[in-house]
Amino acid sequence: MRYMSREVTCVFIGAFALLLLCAVERLSEGQAAYESFLVAITGPWSTLGLSIVWIFAVHNAISWFNVTPKALPVQIGEGFLPGRFIVAAHYAAWILISLAVLFFAGVL
Amino acid sequence: MNERMVHLEVLRYDPQVDGEPHFQRYEVPCKEEWVVLDALNAIKESIDPTLNYRWSCHMAVCGSCGMMINGEPRLSCHAFLRDFEGVIRVEPLANFPIERDLVTVADDFIDKLKRVKPYLIPGENKPIAEGEYTQTPAQLMKYRHFSMCINCMLCYAACPQYALQPLFLGPAAITLAHRYNLDSRDGGREERQQVIATNEGVWECSFVGACSEVCPKAVDPAGALQQVKVASTLDWFREHLLPGNAK
Repeated sequence: MRYMSREVTCVFIGAFALLLLCAVERLSEGQAAYESFLVAITGPWSTLGLSIVWIFAVHNAISWFNVTPKALPVQIGEGFLPGRFIVAAHYAAWILISLAVLFFAGVL
Repeated sequence: MNERMVHLEVLRYDPQVDGEPHFQRYEVPCKEEWVVLDALNAIKESIDPTLNYRWSCHMAVCGSCGMMINGEPRLSCHAFLRDFEGVIRVEPLANFPIERDLVTVADDFIDKLKRVKPYLIPGENKPIAEGEYTQTPAQLMKYRHFSMCINCMLCYAACPQYALQPLFLGPAAITLAHRYNLDSRDGGREERQQVIATNEGVWECSFVGACSEVCPKAVDPAGALQQVKVASTLDWFREHLLPGNAK
């Protein structure tokens, strides 16, 4: 069940990636095209859809962060760094990168 | 010593007689401290000597007595009867052909095990006079937990990817390859990578994680496979992006 819930998030992440590609494509067509695209994805249904995608994206990130100690063990001498530190490092990087994105987007 | 009647539903199949497998129910007087294997032994000794199953050590070391117990891959010597309620259903390991009753055909696993060369391949052949290949405790700890595999095949019975794609090398074989790749005394990684860093190798794994959940020795095959994926990806980047590394 945990696996299925993690895997199903890829459908929503994939949908958002397509939306992002559309945005890049419209951006390449010029400012007017991009602004009409922004208008097209503005509205209650778009907000609802993007909110759902955001929830699944967060679930995807959390479920993968929680399994990173398996894939990226850190050996220190004869022992291993406890997994919670590796998970915490991912959360810290996530927060820092999100803040950087918000900063460069002019939100902060 | 407490004793109670335990009901077991055991899958029976004799390919020379039966058209298809069927369940047979046994009522066995069992002691409180018994495991499922003890109940099977009691059936064989006192009720039905025709029942077939594999076992050897009775202490979760040999890996012979793996079977599906109430639908979960378990070592029958490690599954205490007191932990079950009602009828206990015992079947041969899933994802393997049945040879007879609870005995499965393990040829596929054995073949895959051979293909990953699960033994030390020294990088340099030094003369015996120069002494043994030494290793520090830190170098040992790098792979030690992966070396605990007892080849019980429970991980194959639990793996949905192996069930869907029998060509998949599977958790235990890739984990053992990884165990030797991590060994400081080994130089055979390149040979093993040709087998494990393939579509039928580690890339068939979708990280369900069931292999690690059923592993009776806490080997964590799922972790080993993800580490192989990371290492193989780095290989790819090294080969394609760094100058002078293209093959």
